[in-house]
Amino acid sequence: MDFLLEPLTYDFMVRALATTAIAAVVCAVLSCWLVLIGWSLMGDAVSHAVLPGVVLAYIVGAPFALGALVFALIAVTLIGVVRNTSRVKEDAAIGIVFTSLFALGLVLISVTPSQTDLNHIIFGNLLGVSVPDLIQVVVLGVVAFAILILKRRDLTLYAFDPTHAHAIGLSPKRLGALLLGLLALTSVVALQTVGVVLVVAMLIIPGATAYLLTDRFSRMLVIAPVISVVCSMAGIYLSYYLDTASGAMVVLTQGVVFAVVYLFSPRQGLIGTRLAKARRKRAVAAV
Amino acid sequence: MSTPAIAVENVTVHYGEVLALDSASLTLEHSRICGLVGMNGSGKSTLFKVIMGMVKPDSGRVLINGEPPVKMRKDAGIGYVPQSEDVDWAFPLSVRDVVMMGRYGHLGFTRRPRKADREAVDHALERVELSEFADRQIGQLSGGQKKRAFVARGIAQGATMMLLDEPFAGVDKRSEATITRLLRELADNGATILISTHDLHALPQLCDEAVLLMRKVLMHGSPDTVLQPENLAMAFGLDVMNRG
Repeated sequence: MDFLLEPLTYDFMVRALATTAIAAVVCAVLSCWLVLIGWSLMGDAVSHAVLPGVVLAYIVGAPFALGALVFALIAVTLIGVVRNTSRVKEDAAIGIVFTSLFALGLVLISVTPSQTDLNHIIFGNLLGVSVPDLIQVVVLGVVAFAILILKRRDLTLYAFDPTHAHAIGLSPKRLGALLLGLLALTSVVALQTVGVVLVVAMLIIPGATAYLLTDRFSRMLVIAPVISVVCSMAGIYLSYYLDTASGAMVVLTQGVVFAVVYLFSPRQGLIGTRLAKARRKRAVAAV
Repeated sequence: MSTPAIAVENVTVHYGEVLALDSASLTLEHSRICGLVGMNGSGKSTLFKVIMGMVKPDSGRVLINGEPPVKMRKDAGIGYVPQSEDVDWAFPLSVRDVVMMGRYGHLGFTRRPRKADREAVDHALERVELSEFADRQIGQLSGGQKKRAFVARGIAQGATMMLLDEPFAGVDKRSEATITRLLRELADNGATILISTHDLHALPQLCDEAVLLMRKVLMHGSPDTVLQPENLAMAFGLDVMNRG
């Protein structure tokens, strides 16, 4: 028990764990839709492209979320413009836009004098989470989570069959925009934990892992956050005892769990499907 | 004369430089089943999209029951059965989940289904003979069962207009017969049904009328008339009926 309780005697560890748990849940829930729509690259793009927005918000003293939303919007618009008005394909458009905006963010950081190290936005600063930081994460996390859960059926319909959504009077465009907006908000929530560079891992791995474990979307929405929270807590404890980078350790743990599921998942796992194939072959041979 | 169910009036659509529909006109009465015949690229999908209001025509207009398509959509009156290639069959949804999506247009903010909605879904599954498969993941159905699942979605929706994109591609005979019978029942109850199909042989049994499309409506008449070889040659540029 001491093993688990000792870190909790430090306030900074309690705040780190709370922030991470919230980020883990919200990111994991959102990731279920991202992996099914095929928006992983979009998640990567938006989570990087919010950097200049966050830096500018820091400079003018505005909420980080506002800056992030504005730049998420700019990123998505620019991607659309480059894709639709030139011969450049979408993946290239995404790559060009998000790296450029990310670079802009890095430039802004390099010219901004500040007491707090803005580089923490890039790699995360889990052990330096202040009380106001935590409050911001709680507020944004709860808002994003509530919208995702309340609108989950519409979002799933949008992901599965936007044409039908349109035919019954819903607006696929608006649902897509809602999802992108939530992606921007969620990126801000996760910045604190793992930093801009690794946010995308928390936005993809839990959903992808859950997808390998079930055939029901409603169950994915439970499995993904559970896996994500367990991995994140394990990652932080490991980083505490092994004295390694905390954000990176969280992502690494999620990656390891994905690998295990990929190999051993009863229905979708590599080993399970191979064995089933071999069994079928033997059964055929026996006949 | 009653207001037609669908009135497409001189609709022209471009995708960039490409002309998809060229002043196409089509009038369809209630309770009719109409087959839409044409080559790939003849504008069948575009015509569907224009009727659903997903694509705005460059010129011309579409009226459904005498009103713009948006009214019909708000009433959740349009049921759509997509082409197989347009569906992600690995999506983690059960047959029942998909059919329930037909009810969303009638549900509130969070689309939480009520008892009546569950009953409508059960009833629709019964009609397409998929009750025993209700809890299967949609990818685990046969080609014909997949189509029937989407027809059930339209039934659960209470759609008074059904648009079906290639419903018989990769479908076994039993499913084809079931779907044909169901569409006939729906039409007899007042639904208007538009089907795009390559299956020319099935056309006379299935449809009351047929339309030959090649960016514009070349011909609109009884299936037998439309299927005359010289008429098909106009749309396809070859004698398709005897090809194989």
